[in-house]
Amino acid sequence: MGKIIEINGPLVKLQLPETVLGEQVRVGRIGLIGEVIGREGDTALAQLYEDTAGLRPGEVAEGLGWSLSVELGPGLLNAIFDGVQRPLNAVRDKSGDRIARGVAVPALSREQRWHFVPDPRRHENPHIVGGDVLGTVQETASILHRILTPPLIHGELMELAPEGDYTIDEVIGRVQLPDGRIEKLQLFHRWPVRTPRPFKRRDHAVKPLITGQRILDTFYPLLKGGKAAIPGPFGAGKTMLQQQIARWCNAEIVIYVGCGERGNELTDVLEFMPELKDPHTGRPLMERTLLIANTSNMPVVAREASIYVGITLAEYFRDQGYDVVMVADSTSRWAEALREVAGRLGQMPVEEGYPAYLGSRLAAFYERAGRVETLAGDHGSVTLIGAVSPPGGDFSEPVTSHTKEIIQTFWALSKELADARHYPAVDWLESFSGYVPSAAKWWAENIDPGWAAARAAALDLLAASEELQRIVNLVGVEALSSEQRWTLEASGLLKEGLLQQAATDEVDSFSSPEKQYALLAALLEIYRHGMKLVKLGAPARRLIQMPLLSQARRWKSQHKSDDLVALQAKIARIPVEFEQIAVDYETTAPVREDKATP
Amino acid sequence: MKNIEFRTATSAQGGLLVMGGVTGVAAGSRVQIRDHAGRLRSGLVIRSADDAVLVEVFEGTDELDLERTWVRFLDEPFKLPVSRDILGRVFNGAGLPRDGRPPIISADRRNVNGEPLNPAARAYPREFIQTGISAIDGMNSLTRGQKLPIFSGGGLPHNRVAAQIVRQAKLLGEGASSFVVVFAAFGASHADARFFQESFEESGVLNKVVMFLNLADEPVIERLLTPRAALTAAEYLAFDLDYHVLVVMTDMTAYAEALREVAVLRGDVPARKGYPGYLYSDLAEIYERAGRIKNRRGSITMIPVLSMPSDDITHPIPDLTGYITEGQIVLGRELSNQGVYPPVTVLPSLSRLMKDGIGKNFTREDHPHVASQLFASYAKALEVRGLAAIIGAEELGDADRRYLQFAEAFERRFIGQGEEEERSIADTLDLAWELLSMLPAEALIRVSEEELVKYHKATVI
Ligand SMILES: Nc1ncnc2c1ncn2[C@@H]1O[C@H](COP(=O)(O)OP(=O)(O)O)[C@@H](O)[C@H]1O
Ligand SMILES: [Mg+2]
Repeated sequence: MGKIIEINGPLVKLQLPETVLGEQVRVGRIGLIGEVIGREGDTALAQLYEDTAGLRPGEVAEGLGWSLSVELGPGLLNAIFDGVQRPLNAVRDKSGDRIARGVAVPALSREQRWHFVPDPRRHENPHIVGGDVLGTVQETASILHRILTPPLIHGELMELAPEGDYTIDEVIGRVQLPDGRIEKLQLFHRWPVRTPRPFKRRDHAVKPLITGQRILDTFYPLLKGGKAAIPGPFGAGKTMLQQQIARWCNAEIVIYVGCGERGNELTDVLEFMPELKDPHTGRPLMERTLLIANTSNMPVVAREASIYVGITLAEYFRDQGYDVVMVADSTSRWAEALREVAGRLGQMPVEEGYPAYLGSRLAAFYERAGRVETLAGDHGSVTLIGAVSPPGGDFSEPVTSHTKEIIQTFWALSKELADARHYPAVDWLESFSGYVPSAAKWWAENIDPGWAAARAAALDLLAASEELQRIVNLVGVEALSSEQRWTLEASGLLKEGLLQQAATDEVDSFSSPEKQYALLAALLEIYRHGMKLVKLGAPARRLIQMPLLSQARRWKSQHKSDDLVALQAKIARIPVEFEQIAVDYETTAPVREDKATP
Repeated sequence: MKNIEFRTATSAQGGLLVMGGVTGVAAGSRVQIRDHAGRLRSGLVIRSADDAVLVEVFEGTDELDLERTWVRFLDEPFKLPVSRDILGRVFNGAGLPRDGRPPIISADRRNVNGEPLNPAARAYPREFIQTGISAIDGMNSLTRGQKLPIFSGGGLPHNRVAAQIVRQAKLLGEGASSFVVVFAAFGASHADARFFQESFEESGVLNKVVMFLNLADEPVIERLLTPRAALTAAEYLAFDLDYHVLVVMTDMTAYAEALREVAVLRGDVPARKGYPGYLYSDLAEIYERAGRIKNRRGSITMIPVLSMPSDDITHPIPDLTGYITEGQIVLGRELSNQGVYPPVTVLPSLSRLMKDGIGKNFTREDHPHVASQLFASYAKALEVRGLAAIIGAEELGDADRRYLQFAEAFERRFIGQGEEEERSIADTLDLAWELLSMLPAEALIRVSEEELVKYHKATVI
């Protein structure tokens, strides 16, 4: 038993001789929890996860003997936890609308009974190793929870409970370790959040994560097991984009971490998720979702922990053989929490107050993403998508620039696009993806062999129009040749008819890969037909007036992904539309409208 | 302990007082300091150890004589007594009366820091508030329980806009303003405070207003308490007494500057422009107190006013605010100079909760599309205007010239309106269609074809 020596904001100095760095401590009469972040002789420095007001020097303090850990077992899905995995609904039952300090509620319910079905393989061979599946619990209608042998345990399984209903506290098995000790097994186990969970080996990520967002999937794809960042100034659409991904992506488990952001955004997710159906399974989305919330008004120290809690839960589902997506909104708040701790410890700041290890911490965090072969020989993945909130929207600041070095897919949001309400405001010139070759393979095999070429053609068109727009802004559109004007028009068509996608529009909100490709190919076809005519001498002015152009801009919100027949019919009519103009030019020799560019 | 006066100060400078020889002092506890002249000051324990207790003194440590300073530890945080009687009253930043009337006596005294609302207990704001101002209702709608700041600059009419919102804000279908108002001014000038007081008086709502004033010449540290006291009162009115509360706070920049001043005294590591790294969390503790709670009738809608230093929206104060609040109404100097009132610069303005509180069942079915179309068309019109400035308007094609006219009309007639003019949402949307009808229907992609037929003045399909 130790005691408090000094209280200084969230930092307390304790007299606690036997402690080690990272150990959890319980402090004061109201029992606030925290962790040891420094030691000197008999004293320890601890940061507490809750407000320290009211603590007094001399009050008790004790080490708990473990580092910050999470409980892993049935009851995780369909739930919302705080940054240190306290279940917020249970906390509400206990302390009301506001989170009272020192409320202790276990992460997983001790009362609920789960129907456990033992894995028949365990009877064939009693030797088990960490990660082996002991049995299953149908946790929600869409997710089968595989009960895993804790990673560090291996030995002879002496006993495994028969099929039946158990609470997570009950013993469902016993294993004899090599040293003869007997270890009890339960439906859950604990794992320290700052230690990555082990796996057999890393696998190559090969399949794209389909998000249903055209600018992402078609232009800057992400793979299952990949890492992506969404930087953008406030209001550019980071949260909406992450919510769209959480809603529509074809992962099996989604972990949404609200890290230092708005309370209402989590309420929003909590309200819409149960009502929406997973487009891939038809089940309510909430059944595959779990939320971690440390909102901006909740204690900062727990903010730093929340990201690790999230990623550990993600790894746990990965180890069950699932494809997991974790979105973190926002990693900048996590970095700022890190900065605050460093500042209090008196560590030397290097850039904008951040400690020198910012880059390596970020890298180590993103390194926990990936597709792996699990200890049990299955395949699972963790895809990480972090929002970044650069101060003043300046991408050269430390968190954005370090993150950019680490991730493979960069979805840069632009204030200009957001201001004009071009959503998602993903900047098609600033963004990049290192996963295009792998994605191309998948698109070619599953959707259309022409995908890579079409994508490249569209990007070329967008880049060319950028150049033309610069000219227009200097001298006006009249200075462009007909070909150039048509190029500019076609890029506008691409932006409005394909890149823009309204999350709020029921039809447009999600685009299947088939629909994405159909639209992309159709708009390019319009461009090419027009270009052919322009080269034959048709003035761009005339083409621009074709009703087809404004009609095609509406297709995305007129045709649902699961019913593309009518869209295909419209696309099939594209050549016909142009034929009517073509008759005027095809017979006569090409007359070029010769207005040179300056 | 709260009855003992200690005379053990070991140092006093820069607003910080160090006390020796006092043991077991609670962190965050309030402190009462009696100086040699018998004057009382108040403070807060910011660090507590048995050998030294650090106290932040709100009125400053000037002229404190260590030998003749008596300190009492009150053993509790700053609390505000609350009761129904706070309505119609004026308090200082620490919650003491400044209207010459007796203090509020109540057994119900609340910690001004509040406690974080459990995200699982929040109810998402969805009720559209009509402010009668087209630029807000039409394009940046406010909902009950939202926090929507006004980003402004010196000399711009933010006070008048805020007062107009307070006067006119109502739910659709309801008569007069259905809100009670909590008004907090920190670092505000006497003139600003008087302006609001008179405006409340004129509209006859004074008995529905609670004011917390900490003026520019009053203690800086008390400024840090003012919004907290005001929000404690607001929470009581909203969640205990079921009122819909509109909180107007001005000026968040003065608040943040006070925070910086104190941070420097405490020796905290600065992050950007000298502001401490915790400015974000500190502002969030304030802003996040807005909202609605499941199974409670009342709500807190928050309109903080913030002047952007040098009109720079990337300055840490507006920047961090924008990262926390649910949008922002940005006032612009250019429009203001052209005589447009209210000078709302719509493109950088945003209401994040608008999407969930407008449209069918809330305002009118065409509202979401019309708003989106106005943004797109106006953005395009501004591009054309930029071009016209370079090549001359006469060089523009026909189509572009229409955009130029649209921009003019939009700024004068849609954004611009009278300070006493209250437009219904239907009027705002009709006006929007009138203006959009200046543009060809083919250019209006964000509205549906059905809407074009129904509302576009020149469309017959
Ligand atoms: N894809 C989208 N579709 C429709 N509206 C969007 C989209 N993305 C962003 N928005 C609008 O922009 C607002 C701000 O987006 P948000 O994601 O909250 O920004 P950030 O998290 O970057 O601050 C939203 O409230 C919404 O109105
Ligand atoms: Mg956000």
